[in-house]
Amino acid sequence: MLSIEASQLKWMYETMVKIRYYEETMVQVYAEGKNPVFNIGAGPVPGEMHLAAGQEPAAVGICAHLTNDDTVTAPHRPHHHAIAKGVDLMKMTAEIFGKETGLGKGKGGHMHLFDPVAKFSCGGIVAAGVPHAVGAALAAKMQGKDYVAVAFIGEGAANAGAFHESLNLAAVWKLPVIVVIEDNAYGISVPKSASTAVPSNDVRGAAYGIPGAYVKDNDPLEMYRVSEEAVARARRGDGPSIIEIETYRYLGHFQGDPEVYRKKTEVPELHQRDPIVRLKNYMLAEGAATDSEISQMEEHAKAEVDAAYQFARDSAYPSPEAALDDVFEPVHTGVTAEVAATGQDS
Amino acid sequence: MNTATKRMLTGSKALSEAIAQEMERDPRVFVMGEDVAGYGGIFGATEGLLNKFGPERVRDTPISETAFIGTAIGAAAEGLRPIAELMFVDFHGVCMDQIYNHMAKIHYMSGGNVKLPMVLMTAVGGGYDDAAQHSQTLYASFGHLPGMKVVAPSTPYDLKGMMTSAIREDNPVVFMFHKALQGLAWMDQIDESIGIVPEESYTVPLDKAKVVREGTDVTIVGVQMMTHAATRAADRLQAEGISAEVIDLRSIAPLDKDTILESVRKTHRLIVVDEDYLSYGMTAEVAAVVAEEALYELEAPIKRLAIPNVPIPYSSVLEKFVLPNADIIYDEVKRIISL
Ligand SMILES: Cc1ncc(C[n+]2csc(CCOP(=O)(O)OP(=O)(O)O)c2C)c(N)n1
Ligand SMILES: [Mg+2]
Repeated sequence: MLSIEASQLKWMYETMVKIRYYEETMVQVYAEGKNPVFNIGAGPVPGEMHLAAGQEPAAVGICAHLTNDDTVTAPHRPHHHAIAKGVDLMKMTAEIFGKETGLGKGKGGHMHLFDPVAKFSCGGIVAAGVPHAVGAALAAKMQGKDYVAVAFIGEGAANAGAFHESLNLAAVWKLPVIVVIEDNAYGISVPKSASTAVPSNDVRGAAYGIPGAYVKDNDPLEMYRVSEEAVARARRGDGPSIIEIETYRYLGHFQGDPEVYRKKTEVPELHQRDPIVRLKNYMLAEGAATDSEISQMEEHAKAEVDAAYQFARDSAYPSPEAALDDVFEPVHTGVTAEVAATGQDS
Repeated sequence: MNTATKRMLTGSKALSEAIAQEMERDPRVFVMGEDVAGYGGIFGATEGLLNKFGPERVRDTPISETAFIGTAIGAAAEGLRPIAELMFVDFHGVCMDQIYNHMAKIHYMSGGNVKLPMVLMTAVGGGYDDAAQHSQTLYASFGHLPGMKVVAPSTPYDLKGMMTSAIREDNPVVFMFHKALQGLAWMDQIDESIGIVPEESYTVPLDKAKVVREGTDVTIVGVQMMTHAATRAADRLQAEGISAEVIDLRSIAPLDKDTILESVRKTHRLIVVDEDYLSYGMTAEVAAVVAEEALYELEAPIKRLAIPNVPIPYSSVLEKFVLPNADIIYDEVKRIISL
């Protein structure tokens, strides 16, 4: 007997493949125009680029329990969360290319993706998304909905004031929020042991009287199980919890990172325990999927990613003057069209 | 001139050399911030320091800006001379209470009895598609509040000399270095990020603007990248017989009014250029000084060029549109010259 339904396993597998392929494609695309001399501002995708290859289990293990009504906030490394939450992949990719068809019409970029339809947002300030998730959870509670909110952060972010203040607030108000901490061992170059006073952040739940769980070895199945409990608890109205997952960052902190702070053998070793391969083997061994189903899922995922990149490439850049739009809503709520027409609002 | 003074360094090397020399000279000086130790700072400002001085004096911090900037304040009050690095100035939001309510005010509130000899060093600036939360300069946000000196050097020579002064200064100094002027291998390579830097230690004052190019027809005031843009515009104008004087502010606070006023009294025209937001900004401050003290010297209205009150957009086309540049400065000079 499978402890997790085959349909869920398949969703997780296909989504992990999609994420991995998305990130691997981005490695190539990001490098375009940056050769032979790397220049962060050059190429079709300029600026900083933080990729999440290897970190898929955190995103899929919990998003498998979320619906479109639940909210997700993510940090500077947001693609895996966005994909698992069902963000429009075409618009997301167009945004990363700085195109007018992007989620933010090219104004946000890779660290600032906002998809209110999928109830997803992310940002470039470490730990800043945690209180936003708490706010979404408060809104759900005040409106009598059983929606939950999930804030993803890195292990480095668990030392920011925003994390601690938010958890205390959420615990005091018993809000339906789960903070998922992705322990990829580093905050840029600083290892967890040099930044964090406790070996794992699940124990910090005790400071706020809430449960904490630690998922070892980047295990998507364990992440799924632990998340099931945390999400159910939040939906029941029993309040927040923390989940930390040990995960793998296969790539640099950002693309172009010289990675002088870790041994050259570290990443190849992590690849030996790749969570996608492990999940595939598990599904095949348990009869949850056949070989041909696996290849179908892989093809499907890749086709979707390819289409998104194509859409982004084919889209137009915004007009330069569009930079001046969108600071405010054009007409304030409650201001009549007549007043606006007199020019007071221009 | 001996050969040593012709040595060329990048901005980041000039900075780390100043810090190293001061750490050698004064055991009270130490550095802390995110990724400043083994990684040498994301923008290279602390490269090599860990090897020279060890982990006691070169400390990686958790991502806890309120904690480590507040810690710098506490240590400075005890007589140490900390240098804290806020990785990007944009992150000021998570620690502004320590900066504005404490670092800037304690000397005053204590009636001068508590000294805070510390440097808050931070990276500023955009132009490389890092979007709204990683591209600001925020010169004026820091210049606005009394109690801290705010400097923004434009050349490797000044980076070294002003960092040396900042460390020796008995007041808190916000030291803004511009990412594009660090000479980093992974950014756009621009000539201005490399310059002559003497090996021996020297100081550059924290309160003096510099006339980087003399002229007679118009004064262009800028800082960091906008100084360089103004100089490029001045080169083009020169070819057309228009003589522009370019002033590099170097210091946001205190503002060197004398250098600005002296120039305007000579040229009678003023353009102020800023890689910061337009409203309530440095351009307004400079314009106000001139309007208050030399209004009748002006032969044309003052022109301000700055980011038009929008957050900095991501897409290159949008970002280029909002950042002032040499072409815009050139056009504006031509326009006000003909008034
Ligand atoms: C308030 C704030 N401080 C510092 C940074 C710079 N910064 C961006 S990502 C990062 C490391 C984050 O580490 P972690 O939370 O473990 O996430 P990871 O990058 O490992 O996914 C730092 C220091 C920032 N963006 N915001
Ligand atoms: Mg991390």
